[in-house]
Amino acid sequence: MNTNNQNSFKGTPKQERELKKVIENHKTQPGGLMPVLQEAQAIYGYLPIEVQRMVAEGMNVPLSEVYGVATFYSQFSLTPKGEHRISVCLGTACYVKGADKILAAIEEKLGIKSGECTPDGMFSIESCRCLGACGLAPVMTVDGEVYGKCTPESAVRIIESYRNKED
Amino acid sequence: MKKQIHLKINGIPVTVPEGTTILQAAKQANIEIPSLCYLKDVNCIGACRICVVQIVGRKGLVASCVYPVEEGMEVLTNTPAVRASRKTTIELILSTHHKKCLSCVRGNNCELQKLSYDYGIDEDRFKGEEPIYKIDDSTPYVVRDNNKCIQCLRCVSTCNKIQTVGAIGQIRRGFDVHVGSPFDLGLSTTSCVGCGQCIVSCPVGAIYERSNIDDVWDAISNPNKKVVFFTAPSIAATLGECFGMPVGTNVEGKMVTAIRMLGDVSVFNMNVTADLTIMEEAHELIERIQTKKPLPMFTSCCPGWIKFCEHNYPELLPHLSTCKSPQQMFGAVLKSYYCQKNNIDPKDLYVISVIPCTAKKFEVTREELSNHGIPDVDVAITTRELSRMIKGAGIAFKDLPDSDFDQPFGVATGAAAIFGATGGVMEAALRTAANLLDGTNEKVDFMDVRGVTGIKEATYRIGGTAVDVAVASGLGNARKVIDMIRSGEKNYLFVEIMACPGGCVNGGGQPVQSDSVRNYSELKAKRAAVLYRADREGELRASHESPVMHLLYDEYFEHPGKAKAHALLHTTYTPRDKN
Amino acid sequence: MEMTLEKLNEIQNKKRELVMVRKLIAEKGEELSTHTQYRKQILVCGGTGCTSSGSKKVVETLEAELKEKQITDVLIVKTGCFGLCALGPVVIVYPEGAFYSQTTPEGAKRIVDEHIINGKVCKDLLYPETVHEDGEILPLSETRFYKKQMRIALKNCGVIDPENIEEYIALDGYKALYKVLTSMSQDDVISTLLASGLRGRGGAGFPTGKKWAFCKASKGDVKYVCCNADEGDPGAFMDRSILEGDPHAVLEAMAIAGYTIGAHQGFIYVRAEYPIAVERLRIAIRQAREYGLLGKNIFGTGFDFDIEIRLGAGAFVCGEETALMTSIEGKRGEPRPRPPFPAVKGLFEKPTVLNNVETYANVAQIILKGAEWYSSIGTATSKGTKVFALGGKITNVGLVEVPMGTTLREIIEEIGGGIPNGKKFKAAQTGGPSGGCIPACHIDTPIDYENLAQIGSMMGSGGLIVMDEDTCMVDIAKFYLEFTCDESCGKCSPCRIGTRRLLQLLEKITSGKGEMEDLEKIEELSSHMRVSCLCALGQTASNPVVSTLHYFREEYLAHIVDKTCPAKKCKDLLRYTIDPAKCKGCTLCARNCPVKAISGTVKQPHVIDHDKCIKCGLCQTNCKFGAIVKE
Repeated sequence: MNTNNQNSFKGTPKQERELKKVIENHKTQPGGLMPVLQEAQAIYGYLPIEVQRMVAEGMNVPLSEVYGVATFYSQFSLTPKGEHRISVCLGTACYVKGADKILAAIEEKLGIKSGECTPDGMFSIESCRCLGACGLAPVMTVDGEVYGKCTPESAVRIIESYRNKED
Repeated sequence: MKKQIHLKINGIPVTVPEGTTILQAAKQANIEIPSLCYLKDVNCIGACRICVVQIVGRKGLVASCVYPVEEGMEVLTNTPAVRASRKTTIELILSTHHKKCLSCVRGNNCELQKLSYDYGIDEDRFKGEEPIYKIDDSTPYVVRDNNKCIQCLRCVSTCNKIQTVGAIGQIRRGFDVHVGSPFDLGLSTTSCVGCGQCIVSCPVGAIYERSNIDDVWDAISNPNKKVVFFTAPSIAATLGECFGMPVGTNVEGKMVTAIRMLGDVSVFNMNVTADLTIMEEAHELIERIQTKKPLPMFTSCCPGWIKFCEHNYPELLPHLSTCKSPQQMFGAVLKSYYCQKNNIDPKDLYVISVIPCTAKKFEVTREELSNHGIPDVDVAITTRELSRMIKGAGIAFKDLPDSDFDQPFGVATGAAAIFGATGGVMEAALRTAANLLDGTNEKVDFMDVRGVTGIKEATYRIGGTAVDVAVASGLGNARKVIDMIRSGEKNYLFVEIMACPGGCVNGGGQPVQSDSVRNYSELKAKRAAVLYRADREGELRASHESPVMHLLYDEYFEHPGKAKAHALLHTTYTPRDKN
Repeated sequence: MEMTLEKLNEIQNKKRELVMVRKLIAEKGEELSTHTQYRKQILVCGGTGCTSSGSKKVVETLEAELKEKQITDVLIVKTGCFGLCALGPVVIVYPEGAFYSQTTPEGAKRIVDEHIINGKVCKDLLYPETVHEDGEILPLSETRFYKKQMRIALKNCGVIDPENIEEYIALDGYKALYKVLTSMSQDDVISTLLASGLRGRGGAGFPTGKKWAFCKASKGDVKYVCCNADEGDPGAFMDRSILEGDPHAVLEAMAIAGYTIGAHQGFIYVRAEYPIAVERLRIAIRQAREYGLLGKNIFGTGFDFDIEIRLGAGAFVCGEETALMTSIEGKRGEPRPRPPFPAVKGLFEKPTVLNNVETYANVAQIILKGAEWYSSIGTATSKGTKVFALGGKITNVGLVEVPMGTTLREIIEEIGGGIPNGKKFKAAQTGGPSGGCIPACHIDTPIDYENLAQIGSMMGSGGLIVMDEDTCMVDIAKFYLEFTCDESCGKCSPCRIGTRRLLQLLEKITSGKGEMEDLEKIEELSSHMRVSCLCALGQTASNPVVSTLHYFREEYLAHIVDKTCPAKKCKDLLRYTIDPAKCKGCTLCARNCPVKAISGTVKQPHVIDHDKCIKCGLCQTNCKFGAIVKE
């Protein structure tokens, strides 16, 4: 079968060994599929068909079930994420303080929509619902680093600073 | 005995055992609560919200298909609130449904359309964004059109819970939730076995067989083709349903007349090769026992089961009987013996099987089931497709006189007839095995392997030894039996497996009966009864008694399992990936 | 180790004074601190809020400074949330109780140099409200933010080191478990809870004692205790703060629940978006096992209980109890029909008790202080306190705990410090996507379960978002519908399709294409979903729409009839124009316009081409002369 995922899948033997170990640890645990997928995503960064097939095989469940779970929860990703992962909080507290404008400014800046990755693989944008940092609303994170009290301008500046870091 | 619960439904007192749902209890008051996602024994999730009812003293509405009765409960199934809720739910479902009713395969048999009619839906009030999905026609047997899917999940439940195949599942969530194969890559990339149980469980036209009707009409109108039909044992037991006849009507004579009216064709009885299968299989079993080849032996008539085994239990393939299925044996016989005898070039013979099954559509495409590039069977059409051809040809089916199958493949035994019901192949094989080993023709009724129970076990004394057998229908039950065998918990000599619950009478190619029939009656048993009646009333009860068998072996095959028989009537299997 | 009462008391005695210093105001604390090995204690908030604003660097600086200056008699404690998240990172120095807000690493250096070494409080770094006119430092409890609060669930948050079980034990931790296991029957626990009047803090308010009683009555060898820490309500962070600040309170209560219903295994289902909470929970569970407070034969009573953590993966619907259990089972987190109720057939089809974090946080104290004490707090039907996450357009964004019956006005105006920037209060939203908007006319309603339901909202888990005149109520309804639409699991038709259709109607209205009949459809769909959906997510999804339509109908009408957005929020109904009188022709706006919709010559008033304008508002933000107006 031909999927883009497959073409770009670059799993290493080391990752596969790690995944096998994870599966071994959770194989008999009731409800172990979720933790396995969470750890698989931690190992590979995303859950392409190759990884899901290994999970299905190892956990002895149909691939359709693995895929069903992987597409139900918003934290599982079927596509690789950018080198820098931008996440804009759209929780209520941030929203009433203009988080939508921040997301729009970043989307505009990078030329991609939320959920997408820039063609050069540098940035991906996603939105999230409440990081619990409502005191700093509106909030965004880049690679887990929290930036509070953002404005559209400051958000764009922050993104720029990550690009400049690369240079 | 379970505790009895007393309640009132629309004021009518009803007494039912504890654990009964409101929907089931209402039937006692002669109320059939409309539903969509509920399907008895298959799907019970309370999701579509059509079957909502009001419980006096309780806020909101509840789904009657999952709500258990309680002592003293008062249920109202037809209040303004209930009707309004059902109507709005139908309207919402319709707002995402691809309403191509005029050209829908289920146009005259759609549960959603019926509900729309019953509730007087006449406008598209909640029009809005409709999801658009690519139609999955990646397999030669089934087409999935998600644009018509209403998310009742009856197919998903069938595929996962009943069949344990797991080819399809739910994908994503919310408005984007849909049913599909992993990564939406198409059913052909999955371990789908083609049983078609998803089709007969679908309330709308979202899943249907890949039609070969046009191929058949093309062949009939081609002057260079000699066209031959043969019909599987269970077709006569179900075809009448497509014409509004009661479930359980035997229409064999009308069926033969009708097919003959489609054009210049011969109509044969597939029961003949069911008998032939028994001849081969009974000998194979005895040979396996005598030469200590892998046991238990599993039947191989059912192509859904074969593919299931190839995907899930490749290590068991040596246990499968090497006999081709009756369909493929028939094709092989026609394209060898029959052609030779009638001086026909096998290339010019167009063989159509009429089967209760969609997996058979896949089976005809298997390379190992062809001879020098010529397939044993050219095309397989389902009961439903045949009925549409008959309707399209303007044939007044119900009024037709009876007629007989063409010779030389017209006469078969009762053993062959019961192939269409779970346990039938087993019983037929036991009849012939008993004759071969004990020399008796007296042992014909093997009652323990009859009936619609999913797993049946029995022990019979044949040839001086105890023969332990098992019969499973439905692949989930097959899995249970295999697991018991593999764990060493059970030890059988011979196991019959049919992919569809109840066997071929309930096959994926059979007429679709709506939930209102399936929820309140035992469809499988009523259909199977037709076959057992035919067996009981026939003169010939065991395959080896068939004159056609004598003819075939005397004139052509010589001896079961040997030479020509081995070359033409047996096959091989291929291990396949699980996912 | 096997824990005994003696050992528990020993640990408590060892740590008690150290921790009590933080509980007492200046003089007494001063005295007490002489009994401990530490002259001063520096508490730094390590909750998510303060961590996000940089408290880690503050801790590092403090540690480095102390080390460099070889100060060993000062203790740094990383605590959970103090509540005043807007002022983070928060640092408190005891025994003085000096409350430093918005502390920077530089500030931290000064605190060490001036306060710790020289004994001079850096008054300019203190939270202004804690400095009295005469220069005296006020205790925190005297500030407006804390004055009206009553801390039960948050009792230990911001007081103890959540990563140190001994500090929890110092404040009577695990005493309730001991009491239950050694001197109370299962029924005693249930009747105590019933008498206390404790109701579920997850939103629906079901009496906790009743829930436990049902589960206890269910037959079965295997039962489970679950904790719902899947706080998905956007803008709510009460449960997170409790887990970060006082994880043992939850573990102890779960063990008590286990004893009461006859379960030996607990599961905490926690949002993966809460890494700090998860880490603290892991540490807490490990320590509790080490101290013999989880595991086999607890307190030598033969009672076994252990707890496992399961992480959510981003699905709001998993906050619904049956969906949560389905998710723990490793499946798609779809709700199941009830009955059967979890108390009969829950997790893995076994009888299960499920409570949320805040509910559990009350249990141990009810056991220790008695039902009467607890039921004396609150209103007739709603006992105890409620924690709210105060957010949105309010000065003191943060976490507050108040007795039931406190009015919204008290919370917003007094504790919350009112609306910033001189704006007017418009509405408060409680209950998140399941709740409603409460308008100014109901601001004096005493908050309890019944009253909130009465005025069209609900308690919910405790998010309280304040909105001012700049908030468009139609837009807010749309915001919540977008959320539920995204988060609907898709199982039942009324929710799967209904939320989407409802959202489309709202989008139609906010984009200026609304018609009057759309309001009827909205009302019809809303009431349809309320009665017909499978789970609470769908049943309550229309609440934000219904409540805004009820209280702010004129705003809907403005959108539909006048095609205007009174709050100037809905883009499609706005126009940006340049006031030629104010425009100096500086060209800044034209240069920054992403779609080149602004034209004009230098030093001449500019003009906006409304056909090109995408209403991003960048020009207005950039204009130094206030020449660009939104209308």
